[in-house]
Amino acid sequence: MYEFEFEKPSTIAEAVAALADEDAQALGGGQTLIPTLKQRLAMPSKLVSLAGIAEMKGVSIADGVLTMGGGATHAEVAADACAPLAALAANIGDPAVRNRGTLGGSLANNDPAADYPAAMLALKSTIVTNAREIAGDDFFQGLFETALEEGEIITSVRCEIPEAANYQKFAQPASRFALAGVFVAKYADGVRVAVTGASEEGVFRWSEAEAALSANFAPDALAGISVDAGSMIADLHGSKEYRAHLVAVLAKRAVAALA
Amino acid sequence: MAKVSMTVNGKAASGEAEGRMLLSSFLREELGLTGTHVGCDTSQCGACVVHVDGKAVKACTMLAMEAEGSEVSTIEGQANADGSLNVIQQAFQDHHGLQCGFCTPGMVMSAAALLKDNPKPSEAEIRHYLEGNLCRCTGYHNIVKAIMAASGQDVSSIAAE
Ligand SMILES: Cc1cc2nc3c(=O)[nH]c(=O)nc-3n(C[C@H](O)[C@H](O)[C@H](O)COP(=O)(O)OP(=O)(O)OC[C@H]3O[C@@H](n4cnc5c(N)ncnc54)[C@H](O)[C@@H]3O)c2cc1C
Ligand code: FES
Ligand code: FES
Repeated sequence: MYEFEFEKPSTIAEAVAALADEDAQALGGGQTLIPTLKQRLAMPSKLVSLAGIAEMKGVSIADGVLTMGGGATHAEVAADACAPLAALAANIGDPAVRNRGTLGGSLANNDPAADYPAAMLALKSTIVTNAREIAGDDFFQGLFETALEEGEIITSVRCEIPEAANYQKFAQPASRFALAGVFVAKYADGVRVAVTGASEEGVFRWSEAEAALSANFAPDALAGISVDAGSMIADLHGSKEYRAHLVAVLAKRAVAALA
Repeated sequence: MAKVSMTVNGKAASGEAEGRMLLSSFLREELGLTGTHVGCDTSQCGACVVHVDGKAVKACTMLAMEAEGSEVSTIEGQANADGSLNVIQQAFQDHHGLQCGFCTPGMVMSAAALLKDNPKPSEAEIRHYLEGNLCRCTGYHNIVKAIMAASGQDVSSIAAE
């Protein structure tokens, strides 16, 4: 790691001020950033830890809306969120990663194989920052790219709780990230399906599956529907065709789990 | 450089650290607590697991300064007050839960965190909980058995291998 200064503010306002310095960077749980710094792939002059900010903590449910702090750890989401999201969080990495890693850090990073992005797209979600509110549908902008501006921090996230939802992940056994993951959420006005881990363009909504499931919420409704293998990721863990196949299987499993 | 202070195994501890100093380096190099092993240094293996404010974390993926003011426990603090092995450590010895011993501090710390939350875990729960702790020697079987035994459960259903 290159040398950097360390700050730990206790309010969002102080954190935003500290991040205004050139080359300052936010530190969530460090579960992605610290390994990145070790590889000298980033060279911040200052890390601003968000872990001491009480206003960014907590997970609560009220009036059909789930609200989670941007600083909530995966373990806290696993303990306190609605069931489908709690189950997703409980299968991120391993216990030690879940005790440090945060929701805000995962969303800001937008790793194409991360789990939360699928949930944020499938659920009707709003990403709240220190400056504004961003609809979940507008937040993810390709591999490791998001709508966040320089120095902007995710302070909380809101999701409308669906009638039913399920996430199916096929974990890459060494990294435990998703080789493919499909989140299906059923709302009164339709079904939303989001896919992570699979596409070269990052997390996406699978509109064909959404239309089929909105008409008939059953695994059979997905028969014959597939994602375009051409846009899938190919790496040593799986070919494009393999990932396209996994997406279809996982979507059916998610629906079967709810039907 | 700045002063970092925390409570380690119940005692006040402090030392000098740069912003980039990892908790694992602080424990090993500043405090001389070399029981916390660094296997991969890339957050994969879990040899460096310690507890910070009661929660299992990878000390190689946390900055020393992030632990300022925290209660940290390491493998050195696990034995009973009279120096004898605690129930988890004793079970690892009794059930051959270690061979080279490199992964063992992290395994024991993870096991302790698991049993605090879930005093009678099933075999499947133990295996799931240990996903972030790698062992290149034992094949995990005897580690799982040791944790079952440490939680007072019958281990005869787990075949000897
Ligand atoms: C062994 C291992 C296994 C893992 N397995 C999985 C897995 O199965 N699924 C999965 O999804 N992830 C997995 N992860 C990644 C993990 O979930 C990370 O915790 C997460 O991606 C990053 O969150 P963090 O809080 O640690 O962020 P950090 O590492 O601290 O930061 C990541 C990035 O986000 C920025 N940032 C942090 N917080 C905020 C905020 N509130 N607002 C704006 N920007 C912010 C930082 O500046 C940095 O650029 C794994 C990690 C490890 C080490
Ligand atoms: S040394 Fe920390 S996880 Fe391997
Ligand atoms: S006993 Fe050798 S690595 Fe586990």
